[in-house]
Amino acid sequence: MLAHRQQKLAIVLFIVLGAGIAVALTLFALKEGINVFFTPTEISEGEVETGQNFRIGGMVKMGSVIKEGLDGAEVNFLATDFCNDVLVSFSGPLPDLFREGQGVVADGALDNNGTFQATQILAKHDEDYMSAEVKASLDAAEEEDVGVCQQ
Amino acid sequence: MIPELGNFSLALGLSLAILLSVLPMVGVYRNNQLLMAMSRPLCTGVWVFMVISFGCLAYAFLHDDFSVAYVASNSNTLLPEIYKFTAVWGGHEGSLLLWVLMVASWTYAVSLFSRNLPLDILARVLSVMGVISVCFLLFMLFTSNPFDRLMLSTPAEGTDLNPLLQDFGLIVHPPFLYMGYVGFSVAYAFAITALLTGKLDAAWARWTRPWTNAAWAFLTIGVALGSWWAYYELGWGGWWFWDPVENVAFMPWLVGTALIHSLAVTEKRGVFKSWTVLLAIAAFSLSLLGTFIVRSGLITSVHAFAVDPERGLVLLAILLLVIGASLFLYALRAPIMKGTASYTITSREVFLLINNIILVVATAGILLGTLYPLIHEAINGEANMVSVGPPYFNTIFLPLMALLAVFLTVGSISRWKKTSTAFLKEQLTKVAIASVALGILLPLAITREVNFGIFLAVALALWIVLGIARDILTKISNKDSLLQGLKSLSLSYYGMQLAHSGMAVIILGICLTSHYSVEEDVRLAPGESIVIRGYEFIFEGVTRQPGPNYEADAGLITVLKNGEDYLQLRPEKRTYFATGAIQTEADIDVGLFRDLFAALGDPRGEGAWVVRIHLKPFVLWIWLGAFIMAAGGITAILDRRYRTKEKVSQQDKIVTQKDDIVMEGA
Repeated sequence: MLAHRQQKLAIVLFIVLGAGIAVALTLFALKEGINVFFTPTEISEGEVETGQNFRIGGMVKMGSVIKEGLDGAEVNFLATDFCNDVLVSFSGPLPDLFREGQGVVADGALDNNGTFQATQILAKHDEDYMSAEVKASLDAAEEEDVGVCQQ
Repeated sequence: MIPELGNFSLALGLSLAILLSVLPMVGVYRNNQLLMAMSRPLCTGVWVFMVISFGCLAYAFLHDDFSVAYVASNSNTLLPEIYKFTAVWGGHEGSLLLWVLMVASWTYAVSLFSRNLPLDILARVLSVMGVISVCFLLFMLFTSNPFDRLMLSTPAEGTDLNPLLQDFGLIVHPPFLYMGYVGFSVAYAFAITALLTGKLDAAWARWTRPWTNAAWAFLTIGVALGSWWAYYELGWGGWWFWDPVENVAFMPWLVGTALIHSLAVTEKRGVFKSWTVLLAIAAFSLSLLGTFIVRSGLITSVHAFAVDPERGLVLLAILLLVIGASLFLYALRAPIMKGTASYTITSREVFLLINNIILVVATAGILLGTLYPLIHEAINGEANMVSVGPPYFNTIFLPLMALLAVFLTVGSISRWKKTSTAFLKEQLTKVAIASVALGILLPLAITREVNFGIFLAVALALWIVLGIARDILTKISNKDSLLQGLKSLSLSYYGMQLAHSGMAVIILGICLTSHYSVEEDVRLAPGESIVIRGYEFIFEGVTRQPGPNYEADAGLITVLKNGEDYLQLRPEKRTYFATGAIQTEADIDVGLFRDLFAALGDPRGEGAWVVRIHLKPFVLWIWLGAFIMAAGGITAILDRRYRTKEKVSQQDKIVTQKDDIVMEGA
């Protein structure tokens, strides 16, 4: 009988311990690992602090991609939601489906000049695929802010 | 004509599957042998019609029958023959057909290889698997039939297979992954049967174990192949992204791993019974969740292939049905199944329990991270979108796996029921000292660099490997010779140790490649070069070269090792004729101790390109370790005790005879 109780106690302790570790790790990890999504308009309204990691989504503005005359593998372009633009700077190879006039999602942070320094440009793997975030932000831009944009 | 035949046999297969899900079950409750015995031929029937269906779709692809909508949107006359065949499972409808073919094959395999199962058990198991077939066949026929025709407007040319899928990786990755996913349906069917009968004994566990091992081994290879494919085809040299699509394949694997260990306890000691059943339900439910998430496009993923809310809804219904019904049954019946054996705190049972807790906690963490964007959006509204990145998953997953590796050795060296602390100390003290010492000294001697992550990884890998060596030596110490000792160990024991050493190899692969990889993105004009650790990569420029259904910008990179000619890499940037899609083809020189990776980025004027060059030490070990693990799973299945009843009873007879002789002698 004693063995049986010990056994139960052991199991309960393990579960409590496991759950405790899990909760602690999760809380810590969620703090570290979540990227909030912002649109160019939200960024220009000052909703993001310099140095904060986040994800930006928008369209690559036509004629804004600059590849030559920069350092190394750097490339610059404007991400737009047709209201506001944000200058994005990235060093590395662009994804195959990166094109002017197409949607783009990038991870990174704003530097002191207000330029978005991208650490990663997300690849789209399908011509039809548009990230839900980009679609929502573009829809929002069209619906709400058309008036603002036209001023 | 042929596509109609395919469609027709899908419908016939569905009818037989409906009979399969009903008749044997009715037979069980009416105690009608004939109805129960129907289950075997019905399985064969379903399987045959699925094979015919699959063959018909393959025929339509190989003969460029663009009147079939699915073929028209996934093939092209210029597509090489081999990709015409693999395009059968390149899209949503076809991959569902493959899914259903797999369910039918597993069901058929169960009916073939379970001659020693009592008929009423077999009838129940096959019947449950029949229900799964019915769900997916209905789903396929009504929402995504691969044989739908474009009769009135047959296109002259197909739109082509996604270039990403025109690759060896696609030939092998989905079939293995699906074999694993679907294979858990067998464990699930056995679990439901146990709940229905209320009987869950060692025999039940012995029937279930080989099937679970097989499914797990397939899933291991499937996940590894997916990661390998990502590495050379779409990941630009990355091999794991914690992308939702990867996560949903990985979660059933983690729970499957827990299930394998829990089944061992249930077979050997008759405890953890209801827990084992719950894991079996969870493993298959997570497989379904994976199918649902990938197919519904619910979660934004870099490779969400099919985005169609209506299909997603039907899949969600199937998912809820399977999970809901089985959990309901579980709630009703689980209290019946109680383990009676007792064990102490340092027994193998408890160490395997720890293994299970760690694996389940890891799964829960990944599940939370994968679904968090959805939860967040549901609570805070559509405007507040978040994404959960690799830092989250790494923070949760890596410490848990380190803990798992620590307990792995302790658990596999400990004994059932009770292990004395003195025994554990005697066995493990030297192993612990040696692995910590070597774990620090080896990397230090080779790299002359202090890096605690690497120390930990090497120490853990050594802890596993040395622990295995120690255990084998202990086990054979009373045998006359080494060879005789090695022969005396069972195949399931070797399977376990093989799988565990695979874990050590993966730990090394992941940590060494993460820490020591050099990844350079550089703009190189023809003639320019970059030097990485003794390798000089000279960019010779890019030329236009034709392919069968594409034209490529083919780059040429000459690699010098310590100043001498070594090899050439030819990464390509292909433009496919049919869709105009652009696809990067990396070129990799694979080696046991390092990979040289080169990929072309985009042109940056005056013949210069952005070139991605990686030097990745030990990256091959990640997939090598996975294959060793899978080999372990297969080895364990071959163990003698899983063979047929007749042989067992013969052995029993021999044993009895021997006993008689001994008694006579005495």
